[in-house]
Amino acid sequence: MAKLKPLDTPNGIASHYNEALKSNGVSRRDFIKFCTAITAAMALPYEAAGKVAEAIASKFRPPVIWLHFQECTGCTETLLRATHPTVENLVLDMISLDYSETLCVAAGHQVEELLHQTVEKYKGKFILVVEGSIPLAEDGIYCKIAGRTALDISTDVGSHAAAAIAIGSCASWGGVQSASPNPTQATGFAEVLKMNDIGTPVINLPGCPASPYNLLQVVLYYLTLSKLPKLDKKGRPNFAYGKLIHDNCERRPHFDAGHFADQFGGENHRKGWCLYKLGCKGPETYANCGIQKFGDTGSWPIGIGHPCFGCSEEGVGFNKPLHEQANVLSITPPEFFPGTDEEKGGGISPGAAAVAGAVAGAAAVASAMTAKKLDKESNSENA
Amino acid sequence: MKLERRDFLKVLSTGAATAAGLSTLQARTIKSLPANAKGILYDATLCIGCRACEVACKQINNMPPDVNSPLEKEHDVSGIWDTGDLSETTLNKIQAYRNGTGETKDQITDGYGFIKRACMHCVDPDCVSACPVTALEKQPNTGIVTYNKDACIGCRYCQIACPYNIPKFEFGDPIPEIVKCEMCAHVQAEGGIPGCCDSCPTGASLFGSVSDLLTEAKRRLGLTEGDNYAYPVSTLNSETKPRNAKRYVNYIYGENESGGTQYLILSAIPFEKLGLPSLSNTSSAVRSETIQHTTYKGFIAPVVLLGGLLYAAHRSVKDHHEEGGTQ
Repeated sequence: MAKLKPLDTPNGIASHYNEALKSNGVSRRDFIKFCTAITAAMALPYEAAGKVAEAIASKFRPPVIWLHFQECTGCTETLLRATHPTVENLVLDMISLDYSETLCVAAGHQVEELLHQTVEKYKGKFILVVEGSIPLAEDGIYCKIAGRTALDISTDVGSHAAAAIAIGSCASWGGVQSASPNPTQATGFAEVLKMNDIGTPVINLPGCPASPYNLLQVVLYYLTLSKLPKLDKKGRPNFAYGKLIHDNCERRPHFDAGHFADQFGGENHRKGWCLYKLGCKGPETYANCGIQKFGDTGSWPIGIGHPCFGCSEEGVGFNKPLHEQANVLSITPPEFFPGTDEEKGGGISPGAAAVAGAVAGAAAVASAMTAKKLDKESNSENA
Repeated sequence: MKLERRDFLKVLSTGAATAAGLSTLQARTIKSLPANAKGILYDATLCIGCRACEVACKQINNMPPDVNSPLEKEHDVSGIWDTGDLSETTLNKIQAYRNGTGETKDQITDGYGFIKRACMHCVDPDCVSACPVTALEKQPNTGIVTYNKDACIGCRYCQIACPYNIPKFEFGDPIPEIVKCEMCAHVQAEGGIPGCCDSCPTGASLFGSVSDLLTEAKRRLGLTEGDNYAYPVSTLNSETKPRNAKRYVNYIYGENESGGTQYLILSAIPFEKLGLPSLSNTSSAVRSETIQHTTYKGFIAPVVLLGGLLYAAHRSVKDHHEEGGTQ
């Protein structure tokens, strides 16, 4: 194992951080452990843990503007209430959160002024975090802040950002309010930018709420490697949304063995069998809840016996009935199933035909000889 | 007198004419569905390929897994329990149709689809017709095609007769039996339902009376793609699960195939692509039994034919003796 670089590097970036950790009751050992775990979750090599720790302890703080639109503030709450040592501290300490409607002490014109100032000051350099969907119906009048529509604010601020993170399902693809009939025409942030030809890169972190660790990892990834993580077709980081819930589920062996829970509280349910029959959306939902767990309890919905709701997946969470059965996306036939055109025993091979012919021929000759012999014997008897 | 070839043929044709004159064509009546026929409706659009049915089938029927088969031993591998077709230890099998990238379910191009192969429980089974010792029997009440190992002589005619290639023979066993799905008859006798239908989480395998299943299948064919429909799970009267209907091929496989079967199949992928044979609406048993019963009616034709042959033989022997006498 590669030895982790000590945090007390010559430029002394760690000393102030060590004090901060101590004041929060976190030992250095715990801090390194946490960095190692989070590095693994980002799919970075073990050796990178030292770099991650350095990045966390560095003094560089990217300016961040955090905007809220149509949402419940659940994502912010999840982040703030993360009880795992210092997650919210880590995130908030690593960034310079210059504007957040939830966390700003100031209010009214004062805070509006702050937003304008921050945008002006860090034009093209700040990271924008968007929480909540943007209503488009009737020119976006369904969500207004300081007399401006969410559409106006998001495109204005979004066009000046270096990069954006859409946190939660609302900002990623519309969330609960985008479910049919979607009266406000709630739309995800990336989609709004695309419609307005704004090229700011957007990282989607869907989930209801989004796991704060995924946000932390994205920020850390950016700080450590100075680039954005690899994204999938839907703009989600591959390290967190690359696999189906179904593929990393602790109940998966039960699915493969045909063990299904029939009803809540039933015998098979209490045995911990697969929740597919109860409407688990794991087979069509991409997220890392099964690995990272959820809500800092060390467990997650499937772990406590409730089917995955598919909250992070567009068209699944809030769109499909809770107990409707999922489409299974993980099984792609080629390696797993015999084809419908399996060989049903071929014709006779030339070799086998030759052997059979030889045997038949030998038998015919033998019987002919026997007959001749018998003939001779009977003739000699008669004589 | 030497028997000419011409005379010999005359004798033969006289016999045949007599036989034909005596009996008209003995068309075997086409068998119909037993009143209380039980069946399975397999809806391939609901199948998710979880193979719970395969597992349940093995458990209920005490079948060992297909590991360490002679084939596997030969190739020094083990545990490939999912290759191949039905076997002497596998009564049902999920197979997959695949095309191109195989991304989308129930799509012909670049898609895939599942099919569950098992005994079709024909209304007029060819295997029962071919079996010389009634080891295979169609139950008059439920219509299940059952197997009696004590009657079986191991001729394997049923294997050749079956148009679906279902019965399997225990070649590796010193006292071999024919193995095929018997629709969990022993479970049904105790009021249960077949293992595949009981274990299926989506209702892809649905158990019920064949007439009800046919009605249900026709109702599904009447759905438009995307309609939300309450699909029953396990049996027609069990709980239902809502699902959006797929675009079905407008055909119920098994309604008419080979005189009809008690295992009905719905699919979004054309049936020939799922490896199901295209068969006429009459069972081969009807054709073969018509020929046989006509030929052997009252045993008159064989007797007349034999008589003719004996006469011809007698004449031939007499001529031979006469000729021998003159020499």
